[in-house]
Amino acid sequence: MSAEKPKSFQGLILTLHDYWSKQGCVILQPHDIEVGAGTLHPATVLRALGPKPWNAAYVQPSRRPSDGRYGDNPNRLQHYYQYQVILKPNPAEMQDLYLGSLEAIGLDLRLHDIRFVEDDWENPTVGAWGLGWEVWCDGMEVSQYTYFQQVGGLDVSPVAGELTYGLERLAMYVFGVDNVYDLPFNDAGVSYGDVFLENERQQSQANFHGYDVATLKRQFEDMEREVPLMLERDYQGRSLVLPAYDMVLKASHLFNLMNARGAIAVAERASYIGRIRDLCKMCAQKWVEQQEAA
Amino acid sequence: MPQLLLELFSEEIPARMQAQAAKDLERMARERLAAAGFLPEALTAMAGPRRLTLVAEGLPVAQPERHEELKGPKVGAPPQAMEGFLRKAGLTQDQLTERDGVYYAHVHKAGRQTTEIVAEMVEEIVRGFPWPKSMTWGYGKLRWVRPLKRILCVFDREIVPFSIDGIESADLSEGHRFMGKNRVFRARDFDEYRQGLLAHHVVLDPEERKARILEGAKTLCFARNLELVEDQGLLEEVAGLAEWPTPILGDMDPAFLALPPEVIRTSMRTHQKYFAVRDPATGKLAPHFLVVANIQAPDGGAEIARGNAKVLSSRLSDARFFWDEDVKVGFDAWLKKLDGVTFHAKLGTMAERVERIVALAREIAPMVGADVEKTAEAARLAKADLTSEMVGEFPELQGVMGGYYARAFNLDGEIADAVRDHYKPQGPGDAVPTAPVSIAVALADKLDTLVGFFAIDEKPTGSKDPFALRRAALGVIRIITENGLRLPLNRFATKTPDLTPFFADRLKVALRDQGKRHDLVDAVFALGDDDLVRIVSRVEALDAFLKTDDGANLLAGYKRAANILKAEEKKGALPTGDATALAGAPAEESALLAAVQNARPVADKALESEDFAAAMQALAELRAPVDAFFEKVLVNDTDVAARDNRLRLLSQVKTTTERVADFSLIAG
Repeated sequence: MSAEKPKSFQGLILTLHDYWSKQGCVILQPHDIEVGAGTLHPATVLRALGPKPWNAAYVQPSRRPSDGRYGDNPNRLQHYYQYQVILKPNPAEMQDLYLGSLEAIGLDLRLHDIRFVEDDWENPTVGAWGLGWEVWCDGMEVSQYTYFQQVGGLDVSPVAGELTYGLERLAMYVFGVDNVYDLPFNDAGVSYGDVFLENERQQSQANFHGYDVATLKRQFEDMEREVPLMLERDYQGRSLVLPAYDMVLKASHLFNLMNARGAIAVAERASYIGRIRDLCKMCAQKWVEQQEAA
Repeated sequence: MPQLLLELFSEEIPARMQAQAAKDLERMARERLAAAGFLPEALTAMAGPRRLTLVAEGLPVAQPERHEELKGPKVGAPPQAMEGFLRKAGLTQDQLTERDGVYYAHVHKAGRQTTEIVAEMVEEIVRGFPWPKSMTWGYGKLRWVRPLKRILCVFDREIVPFSIDGIESADLSEGHRFMGKNRVFRARDFDEYRQGLLAHHVVLDPEERKARILEGAKTLCFARNLELVEDQGLLEEVAGLAEWPTPILGDMDPAFLALPPEVIRTSMRTHQKYFAVRDPATGKLAPHFLVVANIQAPDGGAEIARGNAKVLSSRLSDARFFWDEDVKVGFDAWLKKLDGVTFHAKLGTMAERVERIVALAREIAPMVGADVEKTAEAARLAKADLTSEMVGEFPELQGVMGGYYARAFNLDGEIADAVRDHYKPQGPGDAVPTAPVSIAVALADKLDTLVGFFAIDEKPTGSKDPFALRRAALGVIRIITENGLRLPLNRFATKTPDLTPFFADRLKVALRDQGKRHDLVDAVFALGDDDLVRIVSRVEALDAFLKTDDGANLLAGYKRAANILKAEEKKGALPTGDATALAGAPAEESALLAAVQNARPVADKALESEDFAAAMQALAELRAPVDAFFEKVLVNDTDVAARDNRLRLLSQVKTTTERVADFSLIAG
């Protein structure tokens, strides 16, 4: 545990890295494809499947095109960071480990009211669900804590425990800042707004008005067609699950962009989500076969 | 007598599941103890955020020894039968006794130790516990609501030894997560356990947690001259979220009080689980909130109050943003969006539903004395708020927000009220609308739902009622009866004939819930009336009548008449027509004939003016002559003409009585 409490956004990330590194986690970098949630990183979705133990922590940028507010809203962003921890199998003292991480970032657990409030996590696009909680600190949701039960429509064994920290929100709470753009990014005077405000403006405009819907749709269909083909290709007797899964992620992001552009009718929504889930299931099945064979 | 203490200690159990879990634990333990022949003097189960606890008082240390006599084969039965029996009994033939040509075996069963039985019981309970949702964790296969961490199980101050999927039973429990130093402590009986928990900052009993919350919250409010807005459901929930519940009063920016109070309360309640606080002088919400924390912090909760106030402020800022956006948009734009909202795959969009409700409301308006155009407009606007931002965020504010927005747009007050109230009544505790326009729209809303789902054959079955049709029907019934509306219900069920008996069933349930005898309800329903007000007053009059001496005796007379007629009918067709005054007839026969001839028009007239008490009174006049007739006159006279006349007379008594209710369906 760092002796110094973090004073900036990046300090918070470094403290968490340090903390989870000491718990034996692999500290990964973000996956280099747009995703809507940190869970979708293959280090979580795929590694949660199969029999092999796996402990990892990483920061993942999350893209939620519809949440763009052109930099005008103090706490809503179309691009923000999630801190993800996956511990498989979940250690018996996982709740204590998690609480230790809150102390590490400077929360005094004698002064704050921490609660585990029922919240069962579900991500229908990847056919995944688990039981767990939202963790509240003085009434504020600071993390999501989940014991995975199914991923890609398959039962998991052993069970992985997953932690998701909404980094901006947590930082705003820890540093007592009301506007995300005022967060100190580092200890040398650079703010979150200096880094991301212009990005939020441009990306919001692109999400709502910039992207060409016909192109998005075509790209989605390309990905949808490619996934099964990629799974049929093989390298030394193994099908190409990892590249195929990357294409599922791309399809999912393309869907989110079409949605932000208002190009998905209410009635079509469920069918798109179902198509992505089917692709994801194919990958999950292949992945488990490979993991069990290895 | 020895005591059993069991604690199943886990990670945080969802608050909404705790009360049922305690009931299930108690039931399962009771059943299993009973199966072992144990009847504990007291058995209690309690649930909290991290534990289920069971205490059984007064169990013996072992089952009593049991003697059983087993009946065996007859003397001289084939040897295979005897061999089989001896094997089962575990005896040899010379140990059997013989009685009346049959062999008997006497078996002694040693009583098992209670600890053995308890160990098995706990394992069965843990493996078979009916959690609404359960999970596995780690490498394990065991299922529990969240990971199960410890099992404390002591009987007569000794550990009951067992192990379930690697969890060893022990005499250890765990206290509060954050308060105090050593979390784990030892307990060998309930007193030690309860005191240990208290010393480790855990209030075991949910009732005690609730009492502490209420008391603490009220004290805090009182000191600031405020009043807690009580909320039983919320109290139950927060009592399931804290082991050491500590109420804290926080402050809210008074500027938010410009928002509708329902919005503030809903935001506090659903998102933050805070109680609202009001000013006792005005009865209006005060700029404060009450949060129940799980710790007693060294700073007196100042940090916690500050943090929660901040979260609430951002929640209410969102709500204010929704309000501001909504009043920029307005009803017409919302209505357009209803085109894109599916109500049900087979029943079309919400926009189509609105059209149907408007048509129905127009039809109903004149029947309830409502202005037709206002009613139609209110019906058109009633569902618009479903696409507003605020209702998107707080679905439970549907209607309420429509009402506020209607007023914000200066719409007619009756229309605004109807938009607000048309979902009412939303449950048995909710009031029914009473203003004519509101009544018409509320009825149209519910009738459209009922007719629609009945038309596509989506009726409730058993415990399944996914579209809350029972509630809708009961709503219709309550609106009609509580407002005394004269509305022929069948007119709305012409295309869905099943709807009429459904209403009848719901009305029966409603009347039964008010303590009315269901046979009386049946007796009135059998008349085929569809006017609910009339049905209810008939049931009420009948109920009162049967409680009188005349009523009870007339019912007996009616039954006797009906039985005689039924018996005679088996012998051949009953004579038709009315009885006449035969010469030489006994005085009792003539008296009854006169009474029936008298009572019938009086009863009919009373029925016509719906004076059911008077109709019953007219019937009451029959009681004495009927009694006298049965006492003195023999129906089955050898003289056929006399017999037939008497049968006709009894038929008349029966049909006259049945004009008021079908007495054959009344018990007694």
